[in-house]
Formats: sequence, C-alpha cells, structure tokens
Amino acid sequence: MSDLKSATPVLTKKDFTSDQEVRWCPGCGDYAILAQVQKVVPTLGIPKEKFVFVSGIGCSSRFPYYMNTYGFHTIHGRAPTVATGIKVANPDLSVWLVTGDGDALSIGGNHLIHALRRNIDIKILLFNNRIYGLTKGQYSPTSEQGKRTKSTPMGSVDYPLHPVSTALAAEATFVARTIDTDTKHLTATLERAAAHKGSAFVEIFQNCNIFNDKAFEYFKGKDVKADRMVEIEHGRPLRFGSENEKGIRWNGKSLEVVTVGDGAEESDLLVHDEQASLHAPFLLGRMDYPAFPIAIGVFRAIERATYENLVDQQVETAKASREPDTLRSLLYSADSWEVE
Amino acid sequence: MSDTKVKRPDRTVEEIESVVIRFAGDSGDGMQLTGTQFSNTAAFVGNDISTLPDFPAEIRAPAGSLPGVSAFQLNFSSVDILTPGDEPDVLVAMNPAALKTNLSDLKRNGRLIINTDAFTPMNLRKAGYETNPLEDGTIKDYQVIEIPITSSNAQALKEVDLPKKAIDRSKNFWALGLLFWLYDRPLEPTIKWVTDKFGKNEVLVEANVTALKAGFAYADASELFTAHYRVERAVIEPGTYRKITGNEAIVLGAVAASILAKKQLVYASYPITPASDILHMLSHYRHMDIRTVQAEDEIAAMGAVLGASFAGALAMTGTSGPGLALKAEAMSLALMTELPCVVVDIQRAGPSTGMPTKTEQGDLLQAMFGRNSDSPVAIVAPATPSDCFEMTIDAFRLAVRGMVPTILLSDGYLGNGAEPWKLPNVEDLEPIVIKHPTEPNNGGYLPYLRDKETLARPWAIPGTPDLEHRIGGLEKADKTGNVSYDPENHQRMTDLRHEKVQRLQQIIPLQEVEGEETGDLLVIGWGGTYGAIRTAVRRARRDGRKVSHAHLRYLNPFPANVKEVLSGFKRVLIPELNNGQLLMLIRAEFLVDAVGYNKVYGQPFKVSELVAKIDELC
Ligand SMILES: Cc1ncc(C[n+]2csc(CCOP(=O)(O)OP(=O)(O)O)c2C)c(N)n1
Ligand code: SF4
Ligand SMILES: [Mg+2]
Repeated sequence: MSDLKSATPVLTKKDFTSDQEVRWCPGCGDYAILAQVQKVVPTLGIPKEKFVFVSGIGCSSRFPYYMNTYGFHTIHGRAPTVATGIKVANPDLSVWLVTGDGDALSIGGNHLIHALRRNIDIKILLFNNRIYGLTKGQYSPTSEQGKRTKSTPMGSVDYPLHPVSTALAAEATFVARTIDTDTKHLTATLERAAAHKGSAFVEIFQNCNIFNDKAFEYFKGKDVKADRMVEIEHGRPLRFGSENEKGIRWNGKSLEVVTVGDGAEESDLLVHDEQASLHAPFLLGRMDYPAFPIAIGVFRAIERATYENLVDQQVETAKASREPDTLRSLLYSADSWEVE
Repeated sequence: MSDTKVKRPDRTVEEIESVVIRFAGDSGDGMQLTGTQFSNTAAFVGNDISTLPDFPAEIRAPAGSLPGVSAFQLNFSSVDILTPGDEPDVLVAMNPAALKTNLSDLKRNGRLIINTDAFTPMNLRKAGYETNPLEDGTIKDYQVIEIPITSSNAQALKEVDLPKKAIDRSKNFWALGLLFWLYDRPLEPTIKWVTDKFGKNEVLVEANVTALKAGFAYADASELFTAHYRVERAVIEPGTYRKITGNEAIVLGAVAASILAKKQLVYASYPITPASDILHMLSHYRHMDIRTVQAEDEIAAMGAVLGASFAGALAMTGTSGPGLALKAEAMSLALMTELPCVVVDIQRAGPSTGMPTKTEQGDLLQAMFGRNSDSPVAIVAPATPSDCFEMTIDAFRLAVRGMVPTILLSDGYLGNGAEPWKLPNVEDLEPIVIKHPTEPNNGGYLPYLRDKETLARPWAIPGTPDLEHRIGGLEKADKTGNVSYDPENHQRMTDLRHEKVQRLQQIIPLQEVEGEETGDLLVIGWGGTYGAIRTAVRRARRDGRKVSHAHLRYLNPFPANVKEVLSGFKRVLIPELNNGQLLMLIRAEFLVDAVGYNKVYGQPFKVSELVAKIDELC
C-alpha cells in the first residue's frame, strides 16, 4: 500500500465544499456535521482526490453531493457493500460512509454488521435522528418504544436497537458516539475515527427538527447535560455531574452511579479502557437516562489487521509462489492434448 | 500399464460410431467422478464428447432412496457430436433406486449393467420395488449383465489395509475399469489422476488403482462379454484441446478479460448452485491479483461489484435466478450510474428455490425486464460450454464500451456439462481497450458528457486529481450528472440509456444462419439448447426439409440483421426450456407469428423431440 499522505498540498474547508446547493431543512443537524467533516478532512494530510464519500438513502445520505470529493450516493441500506468494493479494488483510497438510522440499521443492518466484522478500513458515520427523515417521519429502529409517528398513531410497539451495542456485537474495532451540536467533541471524534486503521463506527446524535425535534434534549439540554451525560476517555475514571461529584462504579454485578465522597472514592470508579473486553464498552454504550447518564466518546479502539490488508497479503504470498499467468499459460496449462 | 496390453483377449473388436453411457447410483457411489473420468479418458484419446451430470440437490439424501440417485451421462464419438445423447446405449445401475429412476430412458435392447450386490430386500424396498426387478420381467427388454460389483471389488481388495466401508467406496473404480475394457479405453489417464489426487495417501491410491484394474481384468476374464467395442478418435480440426465445462470457461474468460484489459478483476458472489464453482475456481487466482469476495448476500455482491467498478476494476458477480432477483435494485443503480460490470446468471429450474440442480432457461425476461422502470442492460448467452469463454470476454467488452451492466445467461446444463475445446490462438484475442480520463473534459469534469459514437460516459476513477465528481441513483442531468428532476431531461436520459445499449450493435457480429438463408422453417434458439437444436436441424435437413437454424448469442441488443434473417422463412420455431420467453421478445419486436416449443422438465431437449416438432411444421 502506498502512503496516503505523500506530497499533499495544503487544503482547506473550501476545497471540500461542492458547488451544489445544500438542501436539508433549515436547522437540521446534518449541517453541523457537514461543516465539521469539511473542516476535519483537509487536516488529515490526504490528497483530496483520494477521498470517496459513499452513502445510502435518506436525508443524511445526500451528504456526498455536498463534498467536493469523489462520491457515490447508492441505494437504501447498501452503502457498506459499495464501500467494500471500492476498498477491495483500491485500498489506497480513504473511504467514508454516511448513513442514517434507518439506512444502516433497518434495511442495511446485514451489510453494516458484515462490513464491521470484516474490519474494512472505512469510516462509518451513522446520523442517528431516531426517525425516518426523508420519508417524512415514520419511526425508525432506534426510536424509543411508544413513539407516536405517522405510522404508529398509538405509539410504536417495537423495542429499539442500540447502534453502539450492535456495532460492538459485530466485532467493530472502533466504536464511538458523539453529538451534532458538540463541535469540539464531534471534531475530536472524527479525527480519532480517521486515524483508526480498520472500520470505524461513529454514531452521531443528530437532530431532525422537522420530524423528531429535540429528541436528545432530555439528556443534552443545556441545563441538564452535566448530570445526564458522561464523556468517557481512555484511562480516566468515569465522572460527571454539575460539580463533577458523580461517578460510575462497577459493583461486581452491574454498573451503578455513585457520589464521590459520599460512600465512594475516586479510586472506586470505573476507569475507561478502550481496549477492554467487549462487555465493558457494551454496558457503557447502553447506559441511558434516567438510570444512568448517557455516554459519549470512544467506547472501543483496538488494532486488528484490516480486510484489505489481509487480502493484499494473500495476493503477495500467491504472487511470490507463482508466476503470473499469460494468456497462453492460462489456457494451455491444464490437461490439454494435441490433435493432428 | 503393460499388463492390460498383455491380456488383450482374442475376442472380436467391433467398431462403432458413438456410445451414450449413463452411470447411475447412490449419491455416495461416486457416479459423478466415474463419469468424469470416463469422459476425460475418452476426450484424451481423441473422441468427441458431451456430458450431462445430473445430481440431487441434497448432499446425501438417505442412502438407497430414489431422491438420492445421482447420474452422469456422456456421449463419446468418432464423429462431431453436440449433445450428451437422447437415450443411453448403456446404463450402469449401481442399486435398485438407480435402476428405477433411469431404466425408462435406456434404449430398447440397450445394455444394462447391474450391481446385483445392491439388490437386497432393504434396498428394493427403499426403491419402492415390491418384487425383484431382476426376476419379475421388468428388465426383459434389455441386454442384462448382472455382476456382483461390490463383492467382486471387496474380493480384489482383500489385501488392502482399509476398513470395509472405505473398500466398498472404491467400487465405482471397479465399474469404471469394467467399462474401460468394454469400450477399449486405456487405464493410464485415470491411474495418473488417482496418483496425483491421493498422492500422499498411498493406501487410497492402491485401493482405487487395484479396483480399476480388477474391474478391467474381470471383464477380460469372464464370459460376460463376447466382444468389446471401439469408438475411433473423432476426425476433428487439428489443434490443442482441453476438456471444459461452462463454469470453467467463464472463469478462464474472466481471467483472460483481465489480462486483455490489463486490469485487476474483482469477483464478488454469494454461494448458490449451480454458480458457486466460479467463485471456488476464481479464488485460486490470487497470484493474478484477482480479488474474490464472498459477500454476505447477493445484494452485497452486486454492491461490491459497483464499488469496484467505480474504483476502476473489471468487476463481475455470479449467481443463479434467485440471486439475480436480489441483485435487481443494485443492477438498476449500475445502469443509472453507468458503470460497467458483468453479471453472470447460471440459470436453474423453477421460480423461488425451484430445482437447484436442474437446468432451465427461465430467466431471460427477468434479465431483460426485472428492474424498476425502463432499465435496459446488455444481455449475452453462450451456446456451448466452451463458448462461455468467448462470451465472458465479450460481456466485458460490451460493458466497458457502453458503460453498462451486462448479463451473461448460462445455465446448469452448460455450467456443469463438458466438451472438448479447441484452444484459441491467444494472439487472436483482441485487447480490451479502456481509457480512464486524466484531464478535465470541459474546463471542469462532466461525468455524463458522452462519447459521440457509443454514447458512453467517461469513466474517471477516484484517485485522479481534479476529476472529483459524484454519482448516484437519482436521475442525472445530462452532461453535468447533477441531480435533476427536470421532465425533459428525464425523457432524454431514458432515451439515451436505451440508445446506448442499442448502439452496442456496432460491435455485435451479424447473426449467422446454418443452412440456407431462405426456406420453410427457421429454428431460432439461444443459450444451452444449441447442441440439441443444431443436431435436430441437421437431421431434418438430411431428410430433405428446408429448415435452417439461427442461434442467438446476443439477446440485448439483438444483432442488427435479425429482422432480415427472419424475413427469409415461411415459419419460425423457437424451442426454449421455458414457457416462451424469447418467443415473446421476438414476436413483440419483429411482429412475426413465431411458434414455440417449450418444455420445463429440468432437462435439456432431446434431439428426437425437436426433429418431430420440425417435421410437424414443414
Ligand atoms: C428500497 C427502498 N425502500 C424504501 C425507500 C424509501 N426510503 C428512503 S429514505 C428512507 C428512510 C431513511 O431513514 P434514515 O436512514 O434514518 O435517514 P434520514 O432520512 O433520517 O437521514 C426510506 C424508507 C427507498 N428509497 N428505497
Ligand atoms: S427531515 Fe429532518 S433529517 Fe431530513 S433534512 Fe429535514 S430536518 Fe434534516
Ligand atoms: Mg433517520
């Protein structure tokens, strides 16, 4: 694999802004994510022509049209398959996938888990607005049970799927969560994802102000977020609260919220480890208000050979042991015979 | 192998033109291997051959049961043959179930070789025989040769250090040896194969070789046969030959296309009978940088093909009918984004899961229309197993010329059937020329600015500086490729997508006709029915009928002269292994009153039934 970072001219956000008019609803969380992505990618030291943005179908999946890079707006749910093909054919490209909660977890659930388990080096940004935006407001696989929507006037009866648990169960090597409005955290998370070798899965809470407005306010609202959110960081104890007085402890059976200085010491708190075995990030990813604060940050980041690297290795091994065929050796090699 | 020569008996040797043998037994009896070995040897010594494997979908149906019967038919000949034969001259029945399911096909007074050891009360019951067919007159119309094959084999192998079960498993080689004696074929090719295959496992080599020689010696020593028969080598064009199945030819065609285009090949597929072998075989070409992907399903395989194509690879997927159905939406994306790729469909019988191991031509209309809206793709159909080679290369040629997905319709009969293939002169294979733009084409880069002659759009690939662009499934504005809902633009783009496929006629050879260009009857076929139709038409012509044959290898677009070809005949007959799909297309496109001959038995046509139909019409 050649070096992605070779001979890169200095790029700016402008270089990554296409001439297409952005057509999301005013106030949609997608704008903020687009802006941050356009800010982060020029800093990665990768030539512009090596980026490919791939998406499925949904409001979020319009994303590639607004990036002045190579882009492929595919079909509903299948973006991971197209991204896989791109990466198999040319591992040298930086492939980013933009998808929605319906696109990635409903129609495309199968492809998502298989892309993750193969550890193909693609960056997956799942814009989770807990609703179907583009089809005008039906509940999605991440909508809370009981949600009233056009298709569920009496409330949905489905139990929701947790994107982070799903990604972890699919053996993803990088799993993170962030929020459209938290510019700093979003930027840092995108940078971490970009630096990861292998599939990087980032769930981004994204506000759909038309069909599911303020869906995340119950924990991220200005007045409540200190007590209802916890930012996890590798090697640091899990602490939160308006006075930073609370923490998360593992009591041997389950996680619990404790108050430092009131029955618990800082040393009792769970220290986040991005390389911990799967159940730790799994439990953290599923924490939800009111029992727990909701966690954002990198749940898991481990190293493992990527799919395309393993294929490359096989190609190299095979090439070392066997001359490439010519047309002649290809056809005339087997048990052929002469007729005179 | 001098000892077989020494023992050459003084019995008479009769010359015959061709023989059709069917080996039939339980799935566990190794009939496919036996048939393949006989075919290889016959081809190797210069006979023309044609084979028809016929096996159950179940890996091991209950031993001795009717659904568990596996058969392999081969026709080997001293003259040019095109089909595995209508009726076997010889049936080898390894058990009662094999007899029950195959006897009715055997030619009247044909030779019936029976393994009597397998005719136990239990096996008879499993086959549904109330009385023993060996005794009740069931087989009185045939030349019956009863041999205790299992016990004779066990006796011959008593010195071999293997458990009884393993010994019994080699009885197919014993039977093969017997047939080799009867038809005067050498043992060496099989012995070489066994040695190569089991090389490290000496006991297995010994067991199989001993069984083979013992069967041969048994035939030689016993009084069962009064003569043996010789099928002379066929007089065929000089050249280098190899035996090939359709699926093997597709693999070689795809690798050759990658060499001819100087491009990496990506093959993504999800296992399905009868297409899986293509995936298996292509995965052995890593040294050629061929990247195979076993995807999570057919949709994923098609998606990966699109991604690979977007990234600039030659991309192909292979499947059967049910998989083609799943690929429809992604194929539609391929034609909308105008990315070249090849979709191979090894057709099998029936809707839904149908009859996975049986052949049919049921997917033509699915290939033609099985996508939403007006969504033309190119379609080609090889006529014989070896033709799959050239047509695979051609499929890529059409795909990259028109920037359009191309479907190759093969079938289970072509895919698994074998024939000798005269290897092409590699210098005659034309390069596939592909140009990826590296410069802007209009100040900036317009991804839908078309070539004037072909109407294809340019294929700029990621990694190329300054040509960044976006494609997708939303309707594209002409030239710029931007999203467009403009009414006139949609009409124009729909017309362009259609016209672009039609213009592939520029490189599609004109339709050839075997026989006169005018006459009473034109028989039109496509795909794997070539051999049967051609043989039937030749026979009818020999009988004085004014009939000709046109076999379509390009189905969308049709060759430019099809209308003209049709106009030379009073009547048109279209035999197909479906309920009349090409018939519908031909009638719709050319307004001719063609008639069909349609059959869906999961089996290829018999020559005799086609001859009868031709007789009826002229
Ligand atoms: C095969 C297919 N089925 C259904 C649709 C209709 N459809 C388009 S987007 C969408 C849901 C999108 O929801 P989500 O992925 O959450 O994206 P969002 O719009 O919320 O960003 C659906 C059902 C489609 N385009 N294709
Ligand atoms: S419908 Fe919702 S998600 Fe879609 S663009 Fe509008 S605000 Fe954004
Ligand atoms: Mg959504």
